[in-house]
Amino acid sequence: MHAIENTDVLVIGGGLAGERCAIEAAAAGHAVLILSLVPPRRSHSCAAQGGMQAALGNCVKADGDNPTTHYIDTVRGSDWGADQRVARLFAEQAPRAVRELAHMGVPWTRVRGGRNSYFIRGERVSIEESVDKQGLIMHRDFGGTAKWRACYAAAGTGHAALYAIDSEVLRLGITVRDRVEAMQLIHDGKRCIGAVVRCLRTGRFFSVLAKATVIATGGHGRIFGQYTTNATINEGMGAAIALNTGVVPLGNMEAVQFHPTALAPSGILITEGCRGDGGYLLNRELQRFMVDAEPQKQELASRDVVSRHMAVQMRDGHGVETPFGPHLWLDLRHLGSAHLRTKLREVYEICRDFVGIDPANELIPVRPTQHYSMGGIRVGADGQAYNLRGLFAAGEAACWDMHGFNRLGGNSLAETIVAGRIVGMRASEFASGHRHEADLDVGTDACQQAEQRAREWLQRSGSGPSVYDIRNAMAETMINHVGIFRHGDELAKAVDELRQQLHDCSVAVLRSKAPGMNPELTFALRLENMLRLALVTAMGALARTESRGAHSRTDYPLRDDERWLNRTLARWPTGNSMPELSYEPVGILDLPPGHRGYGDDARIPMQQTIDEYNGSVDALQIAAGRLDATNFNDSVSRSAT
Amino acid sequence: MSRASPAGRRLTFEIFRFNPQAEQPQPHMQRFEIEETPYMSLFIALNTIRETMDPSLQFDFACRSAICGSCGMMVNGKPSLGCRTLTADLPDLIRLQPLPVFKLIGDLSVDTGVWFREMAASSEAWIHAKQAFNPNAAEERMDDELAATLYESDRCIECGCCVAACGAARFAKDFKGPAGLNRIARFMMDPRDERDDSDWFDVFATEDGVFGCLGLMACHDICPKELPLLEVYAYLRRKALTTARKRD
Ligand SMILES: Cc1cc2nc3c(=O)[nH]c(=O)nc-3n(C[C@H](O)[C@H](O)[C@H](O)COP(=O)(O)OP(=O)(O)OC[C@H]3O[C@@H](n4cnc5c(N)ncnc54)[C@H](O)[C@@H]3O)c2cc1C
Repeated sequence: MHAIENTDVLVIGGGLAGERCAIEAAAAGHAVLILSLVPPRRSHSCAAQGGMQAALGNCVKADGDNPTTHYIDTVRGSDWGADQRVARLFAEQAPRAVRELAHMGVPWTRVRGGRNSYFIRGERVSIEESVDKQGLIMHRDFGGTAKWRACYAAAGTGHAALYAIDSEVLRLGITVRDRVEAMQLIHDGKRCIGAVVRCLRTGRFFSVLAKATVIATGGHGRIFGQYTTNATINEGMGAAIALNTGVVPLGNMEAVQFHPTALAPSGILITEGCRGDGGYLLNRELQRFMVDAEPQKQELASRDVVSRHMAVQMRDGHGVETPFGPHLWLDLRHLGSAHLRTKLREVYEICRDFVGIDPANELIPVRPTQHYSMGGIRVGADGQAYNLRGLFAAGEAACWDMHGFNRLGGNSLAETIVAGRIVGMRASEFASGHRHEADLDVGTDACQQAEQRAREWLQRSGSGPSVYDIRNAMAETMINHVGIFRHGDELAKAVDELRQQLHDCSVAVLRSKAPGMNPELTFALRLENMLRLALVTAMGALARTESRGAHSRTDYPLRDDERWLNRTLARWPTGNSMPELSYEPVGILDLPPGHRGYGDDARIPMQQTIDEYNGSVDALQIAAGRLDATNFNDSVSRSAT
Repeated sequence: MSRASPAGRRLTFEIFRFNPQAEQPQPHMQRFEIEETPYMSLFIALNTIRETMDPSLQFDFACRSAICGSCGMMVNGKPSLGCRTLTADLPDLIRLQPLPVFKLIGDLSVDTGVWFREMAASSEAWIHAKQAFNPNAAEERMDDELAATLYESDRCIECGCCVAACGAARFAKDFKGPAGLNRIARFMMDPRDERDDSDWFDVFATEDGVFGCLGLMACHDICPKELPLLEVYAYLRRKALTTARKRD
């Protein structure tokens, strides 16, 4: 007999998004259960370094900033791939999110009135901060923004934010279960009523039945194997279990962000805050190549643009060659030891501990590396997943979709708190309005199914491939053929290889039959899911014959607003060997498609007028049965203030 | 100094093994030999062992950049973060054991999460706000100096290394430990928290609190985040004395 537990709101994921969501639901009086692979404070949110965007406008270089400017920066950053209404809602709520965190204890860096010395576009400047602003939350510069906007706690912003949010979870007495993994959603194709869970201490399965279920499981960078800045636990199981329902689509999975400055070769992130604070990128000849490449924004163009320039530098022989492949340099020497040991303390420590260098005197070896998943579980503005009532998603696991084809640095932390609150409110409303539709048999059946999969792995014998070899093959496929620059031939190859790897996975054999959680079995149970996410990513990229944001096709170099001003939806109908792709409009356009202000300006313009495009949005969404999401926009805007 | 150690060394690992889920669990040490590679950390070494030699080996890593606190373990007798320990800094023989004090889950994996949660709950380690959050108001001001001081002690990643190194924590089950006391000091210093010194007194000025410390201060030396634990203890002792005097 399997254990079955009940709760009102089940939150899968104990990072910033999941916990913010849980706080909202608990405050509304619901019983809430948070599940996490690791103790919540070890969720990957803790590794966020540089900052959290919110238009408070507190320092001189942020003067005149406001949510509208933030919204415009976000849409430009997205290369017009974002849902603009969601981006606006987000930008309006971000200041509240930062202040809420201050209230919960985040030690934000504060404005120091009087003379301050900064590095801006390669020069040291002295700026007088107003004493009136003394003690308000300070900002630093980040890529792709018109103003200094990122609020920060040294280079440990995510850590500080997560500890504050988790303290609030403790205060509210919310139940948290760590070292557990949601394996499968319990649903009947129309309504989600919970999840099957595996205990990572004992290997045992149990089910949790809930009125509302929220997935906040973070990104899935590990489908690129070790070629990612993400934690080892960012394997995308939340997105995968949604995809495995057969009905819930994932949005824009081909939109994958590469961060310009990961430490070579380990892939550990060095925050964009380094360039925000005045750091340079240098090539092998020690030239600042970004100054010529992007005279306006220089090192602080958006991440997709900077990563491409870096890839070109290395392709053209300007990289520093090593046995682990080429890299470029990040130069922070001019910022000085004092700055590095305070405002960029975590960067200083990473350099010292992992490569044995002092960034005050030495150059840092960096190269672009997979970093962020813009794609994820497609949800409406209210966080409801498409096609399955009672299922919600928030944070990096979701495609809410304020990032479109390129996320701006610092926007993700802000998203987790803003979306966490909104989706928490909506999941609470849903839980209030619904009874447990729990059929105990459904829970037991799903649990048995999940257990059966594990048993099959343990029983399979013979000389099949190892799960780790298949993972390594997947990583090579993804980094080589679905990377920064993409081409139809390469992507087609990726699809073939991934299908082969999926097949290999079905005949792979475990080397260890150890009882209990068995780490090899634990990974094997994830591997097929990771391959499915990888395949959806490669297929979406192959189908999208344009270049937009981080999706850059050398065979289709132009952004094509005539044919591709839309969002990819990928569903994987149960029993099919391949996913199905469809498309929906990006959403109502308030900001007409135009030049981002950095990167290439050549593009194929849309032939429709904005009014025609907008007129079609509602009609198409209604036809697809998704009116709810469109209406909710307005109700959230009203209730959120 | 470069951390790319000269390649070609053959490393011997002796690793503590114990699977409580096995039918007849037997704790023992197991030997593995691997080739050292440049920049090899224990994160790389342990994954290499698991993926090519013994896939049942249990250990915990997540961020592999010394910020999540998952991978505390005893490395040649010293509590350390596995991910930022480079083999280049170690001798040819490397003995790995789980952190003491915490409940063992299996092999090198221990339950630090539950220990820290209970500790935080028992000392109510959250801001006791003076008033409810006002979404329409600007943030309360704070001097940047103070913010930096708070950040300094907020940086604890709850890896458990200090607790494992602590003579008192090994014997006194309820001792809050260096990390616990640091967390308390962090909230005591925060003006956003309405608790005053006398509210705190019963939490930290006890045998389970700062007076449980034996004064060995191994915690200060091994903290991977270099938290100023000596100063934290001095601060708490000072507070205990001044508060006690006021109470008299
Ligand atoms: C190194 C690094 C630095 C970054 N720096 C910044 C920055 O400075 N600014 C910024 O805005 N953004 C930054 N980002 C991005 C940002 O940190 C993340 O997008 C964000 O924190 C994600 O939060 P989340 O709550 O969605 O997910 P996470 O914090 O990743 O949490 C996911 C949670 O889900 C749980 N989980 C996963 N799968 C399961 C399952 N199957 N069952 C149960 N639980 C599960 C995990 O245990 C975890 O608790 C950075 C990212 C990285 C990788």
